[in-house]
Amino acid sequence: MNPREFIAQKGYRDNPRRLMEDLIHLVFLILGLVAVGSVLVITIYLVISGLPAIFKIGPAEFLFGTRWASTASEPEFGILPFILTSIYGTAGAIVIGVPIGFFAAVFLAKMAPRKVREVMELCIGVLAGIPSVVYGLVGMTILVPGIRIIFGVPDGATLFAAIIVLAVMILPSVINVSLTALQAVPREYEEASLALGATSTETYFRVTVPAAKSGIFTAIVLGIGRAIGEAMAIMMVAGNVANMPSIFKSVRFLTTAVASEMSYSSGLQREALFSIALVLFLFIMIINAILNVLKTGGRKG
Amino acid sequence: MKKILMVMVVAALAMAAAFAGGSNEESATVSTDGSTSMEKVILSLAEQYMADNPGVNVTYNPTGSGTGITAALEGRCDIGLSSRALKDSEVESGLKQTIVALDGIAIIVNADNPVSDLSIDQIHDLFTGAISNWSEVGGADAPVVAIGREAGSGTRDGFESITDTEDACVYSQELTSTGAVITAVSQNPGAIGYASLASNLDSVKTLTVEGVAPSEDTVKSGEYQIQRPFVFATLSGTALSDAAQKFFDYCTSAEAASIITGAGAVPVAE
Repeated sequence: MNPREFIAQKGYRDNPRRLMEDLIHLVFLILGLVAVGSVLVITIYLVISGLPAIFKIGPAEFLFGTRWASTASEPEFGILPFILTSIYGTAGAIVIGVPIGFFAAVFLAKMAPRKVREVMELCIGVLAGIPSVVYGLVGMTILVPGIRIIFGVPDGATLFAAIIVLAVMILPSVINVSLTALQAVPREYEEASLALGATSTETYFRVTVPAAKSGIFTAIVLGIGRAIGEAMAIMMVAGNVANMPSIFKSVRFLTTAVASEMSYSSGLQREALFSIALVLFLFIMIINAILNVLKTGGRKG
Repeated sequence: MKKILMVMVVAALAMAAAFAGGSNEESATVSTDGSTSMEKVILSLAEQYMADNPGVNVTYNPTGSGTGITAALEGRCDIGLSSRALKDSEVESGLKQTIVALDGIAIIVNADNPVSDLSIDQIHDLFTGAISNWSEVGGADAPVVAIGREAGSGTRDGFESITDTEDACVYSQELTSTGAVITAVSQNPGAIGYASLASNLDSVKTLTVEGVAPSEDTVKSGEYQIQRPFVFATLSGTALSDAAQKFFDYCTSAEAASIITGAGAVPVAE
């Protein structure tokens, strides 16, 4: 179609405002595509640069190898220690962080006096805004020496330190999402329960919490997503040695494996780092998929 | 609206003219290839040199000492960069080495550690885990915590090659910067680590090695053993291109010494 026909068909000549309208739509569409385009570029780039090394090393050796020695004279590229560390570290953070966050959310939603709630919500907002490097710095200067002294281990830079830092870091998202879910439960449910003679604590845990279940699961999955993708803070407290994970050992996560070696890497080492990033990306994709299922499930319920 | 547009057009034209003026000068390229440990030194030198000599472009390809030496030998680059002395076989095959700078690595422990001197063998054993308690080298009864740099770091590569601990170190922490190593060592009474001599070592205790304290002078004289040379490898038979020779002369001149010091190495030019 030539431009003149196009203009005639759309009626732009008679109606210049329509032209303006359509132009603005076009601009907004392009801006919207920036996000879509970024995701596509990142995905394609990661797959292209991450896959070759996996096949050079051998998928089984890469994923299940237990030794990572990328610059040794006979290099080995096994990332099982990183995968397990990421899983254990995230699980640990969830085990510690979710109960604290969940009970804090129940307290804020149902029991807290207004003044207390306002102060606590302010604090949680601040906690959410603290950059991860600050978490790392505080962890490095207080938590790491603290763990060494309290537990009597030679060095405090351990998986345990990373779990504590991650547990604190996921608190804001766990609290906020659980809180929204709890507040969305209709008052009638609780009133009915109270009218039947249940105490208020019974009501919260038997009626309100089950009703907010899907929102609380969403909070947990969000926490997992935050914990598994964190790099900076745990790089500063976990010691970064490619050991198989153990609670009082120095460990390296998937994220920190990429971040710590990237700056000086070359050749197959660099390619393997991209492969680690690809594995991490898959983990995050799976978590996002679970999150989506939970969200749509919540809407139906 | 029209005025703003006008201003923008004029600005754009002015900028275009300015850039066009710059590109009219003849350009020459000096290519360097090799040691990643020398990255900071060579990039600092190149940056200053390119600022002083517009039109000259100095490139750096971080491949590693071995690759850099081969590249120089095969004529794929003007100057090969090596963070170790050339082997006899490499000199025989037609290369010439020029030491541009020396890299001293300090061995650091916690300020409260009573140990003040170690031999190279003891350092080897402390980092490989053969010695696991400080009492074995005259210190307190405390476990040894070895803190190092990440794989691929030039300092790690230098330290491990000098102390013969390549792929054998048992680290408690692998940190990604000199500052992080120093902080970690300053906080753990049992820690031992290594850091470039040029870094700020006030918060930790710097050990003497075989009785020699690390300093610019002892590194230069060769008394302090944990050091290595930063070498320019060039073909001994063929002359460098004009541009490359000028850059080479600049790097080995006294003028470049302060830049080399700034990049954390000990300059050798007087």
